[in-house]
Amino acid sequence: MGHADVNIKINGENRKFTCEAHISLLRLLRDNYYYDVKCGCEKGDCGTCTVFLDGKAVKSCVTLAAACDGHEVWTIKGLGGSDALAEKLQKAFVECGAVQCGFCTPGMIVAGLEYLKKGGRADRNAIRKAISGNLCRCTGYVKIVDAIFKTAREVESEVSE
Amino acid sequence: MRTELNLIGKPVSRHDAWAKAKGDQLFSDDWSMPGMLFGKVLRSKYPAAVLKRIDTKKAEELPGVKAVLTAKDVPVNEDVTKFGQMRDVGGGFEGLYRVLASGRIRSKSEAIALVAAESPETAEEALKLIEVDYEVLEGVFDPREALKEGAYSVTGDGCGNVIMRTKICDGNIEEAFKKCDVIVENDYETTPNEHAYLETEGGMGWIDENGVITLRVGTQVLEHYRTIAKVLGLPHNKVRNIGVPVGGGFGGKEDITVEMYIALLVQKTGRPVKMVWSREESIESHSKRHPEYLHYKTGATKDGKILAQEVSIVMDGGSYTYLTPWVQMYSTFAAPGCYKIPNVSVKSVSAFTNNTFNSANRGFGAPQVNFASERQMDEIAARLNLDPVELRRRNVLHDGDRLPSGHVPRGHIALKELLDKVNKELNRSSKPDRLPDGRKVGRALALGHMVYGRLNFLHDSSRVSIRLELDGSVTLRAGVPDLGGGQASVLAQIVAEELGLEIEDVHPYIMDTHLTPLCGTTTATRQLYMSGNAALKAAVQMKEKILEKASALSGCPVNMLALKNRKVYSVIEPETISIPFVDVIKHLSNDGEVLENIAQFNAPFTEVPDLNDIKGELNPDITYTCHGVELAVDEQTGKIELLRVIAAADAGRVINRNSCEGQLEGGCVYHAWWPTMEDLKQENGITMANSFSTYLIPTAADVPDIESILIESGGGLGPYGAKGIGEPADNSIAPAVVNAIRDAIGVGFNKMTVTPEKILNAVLSFKNKE
Repeated sequence: MGHADVNIKINGENRKFTCEAHISLLRLLRDNYYYDVKCGCEKGDCGTCTVFLDGKAVKSCVTLAAACDGHEVWTIKGLGGSDALAEKLQKAFVECGAVQCGFCTPGMIVAGLEYLKKGGRADRNAIRKAISGNLCRCTGYVKIVDAIFKTAREVESEVSE
Repeated sequence: MRTELNLIGKPVSRHDAWAKAKGDQLFSDDWSMPGMLFGKVLRSKYPAAVLKRIDTKKAEELPGVKAVLTAKDVPVNEDVTKFGQMRDVGGGFEGLYRVLASGRIRSKSEAIALVAAESPETAEEALKLIEVDYEVLEGVFDPREALKEGAYSVTGDGCGNVIMRTKICDGNIEEAFKKCDVIVENDYETTPNEHAYLETEGGMGWIDENGVITLRVGTQVLEHYRTIAKVLGLPHNKVRNIGVPVGGGFGGKEDITVEMYIALLVQKTGRPVKMVWSREESIESHSKRHPEYLHYKTGATKDGKILAQEVSIVMDGGSYTYLTPWVQMYSTFAAPGCYKIPNVSVKSVSAFTNNTFNSANRGFGAPQVNFASERQMDEIAARLNLDPVELRRRNVLHDGDRLPSGHVPRGHIALKELLDKVNKELNRSSKPDRLPDGRKVGRALALGHMVYGRLNFLHDSSRVSIRLELDGSVTLRAGVPDLGGGQASVLAQIVAEELGLEIEDVHPYIMDTHLTPLCGTTTATRQLYMSGNAALKAAVQMKEKILEKASALSGCPVNMLALKNRKVYSVIEPETISIPFVDVIKHLSNDGEVLENIAQFNAPFTEVPDLNDIKGELNPDITYTCHGVELAVDEQTGKIELLRVIAAADAGRVINRNSCEGQLEGGCVYHAWWPTMEDLKQENGITMANSFSTYLIPTAADVPDIESILIESGGGLGPYGAKGIGEPADNSIAPAVVNAIRDAIGVGFNKMTVTPEKILNAVLSFKNKE
């Protein structure tokens, strides 16, 4: 099997990998101990592995690692340490009780963050649609929607001030 | 002296929420060790077969393969199933636990061989090199067929396929039916739904320098270490599980999963071993909810008084016994429903088949009979031309009522309040017949009752330890598997409440069989009840010691002292008599007092009942629920949309409001689409829907905001009067959905899965009849 040299900026740091050409971005990340990116299905069905690729939320299990050469990836850990909106959303998840088992949480926060960054409003139905690619079996989604809604409200009130 | 509660009932943030939100929480798969190997399992190719020959030579010769194990390599390959109980119950409650296949194969999920190799790819390759010869047998896949004379024998022992028969009877059913004005008889079928936790089964193991097989595996039952030790031929104290926060369990991680295979491969190779199941392996291999085939015959007077109910239940146990007899007790107990019925007969039988084994799934046998009994209520109401809510109101159980087994529930029965509250909320506006887009609208509700706490004859107990640190913080140790329900942080909350501290002052260290007191299983909705009471007891005992010391220091009598805001203070003169908590601890330490306290809580104990005539109390208490649903049915496509969902329960006492609501909402959504969407498509022992693109679970777009109603009657047996909520939360939603479909289109469905095709056909044939 062929190998690929892949240069990716991960969480603000330039990283260089040599990996098997066929592996997914999820495999590359997890093989290199980015354990904050969870693996729930490896088929693109569940969303637990969602990360930002060039500012767009993608399911890293169905993204080819080699295709990320020269691109930029942000995972939940990197976002939490550097992105004020991400931290605000994390805080809302904690305070609203949106975290139960926590396995979907990193991917869910990335999906919610993308919604907010694209200018998503405090609209519960729109939020529900935006995160419908990310499964959660614990919460029934109410408190997850609460957390994203609350953060959207805060963003809206900051903008109007 | 008891003062106003500071933390109990508040929506406090859990101790582990930040770690999970930041991505710091390491789950089963998020761990690695130098020199680790990767384990894989070879599963049977057929659901029913005889294993004639296994040749592992080629697999062993593959470079990078370090071990290939088959049944002959397992020190003790067969044992009986245990689920963490401290007492041997024997009888029909313990079935065969076979680690690796030998002789007759009973299901396609059966493990035939284990491989450990230097990489997952090599291990996968080695599985393909294992040569297995099978004699394929016909098998049996329907428990009703399996119970027939001359049916294929799943176990091969020729003694029939019955796992257990049991019954509960009360009154005189034949005489009572003669007095009834209407008799409604229906057959119901429920499907084997999948837990679908987002984290698949996985973990690591290694052998420590003193020969202890050490595991890092997420499980609902830490106590499986005992069975692992037995299988490995080791003393119990030479196997340790440092548990991991579980990425969802719902009963699916109650049976032994990866931990046994990892332990065997570690013992064989001496190397660290990691094993993680793929999503497909997870869905195909772990247990499912028991499918049940139920017959209900119910008789009522014309004024809507139910006089008699006869129920027969056939349960599919699948390939091995596991928890089937236990689940059967729950189904049999809950089958009569939420009503006071003077004449009852419930007979149940479970059978082996060649399907994947069925075992625990959130609700544990209650949701199946709840679906049937609550569907039955709406059919009776229709026959009597009575409002289904009114029929329920006339028959619902009240405090002091005796159940058919003779058991009078200990806690408060809030069914009537729940029914009225949900009914009022559901019908706050009058129901339109159709939406503006033409879809038909249906509304309905259903009641539920489900026990919390394990079967009393298991003699259940839990232990929690707290240690006062010299800076006034507290370390709490508890062997409580946290599945995401907040099972650990609620213990810290209780201890903080009693000691007048903030929740962040109490650090829970959990789930380590060598270091934490054993709390028992995170199953049976028991942790708040059992370990919550143990934590409360440990804290109250410690509080007494603290108050005595503070009394000696201040001269204020003990009964005039209270703990709050990290201080001991006089309730009479809080301004003048107030000692920092930490100062009291220092004095206790100086005086050589023990700063650590472990307390045990025991549930009620009974003996195993006579299965031919179950009498008495099976479980400590019951949690009551009610769900209301408004939905729309598209008559062109058969598709349904949930418009409103109301979930109500008597939580007894809410401890952590976020966690309690989270259980109510999550449990409700867990089963909201069970009757109409979730379908494993099992065909002749093969699970066709083995991924999340074929086995569909609800997304955020499939459900509306759940409207929660929490009653706090104080009538529970847990700390502060709390009841358990985790499993009861998924009861009664499924029949509410199907009853609402009936309300919308006039056709009642009794057999799952109620697909859009079935709804469409029903709409068409109903219209043709009109």
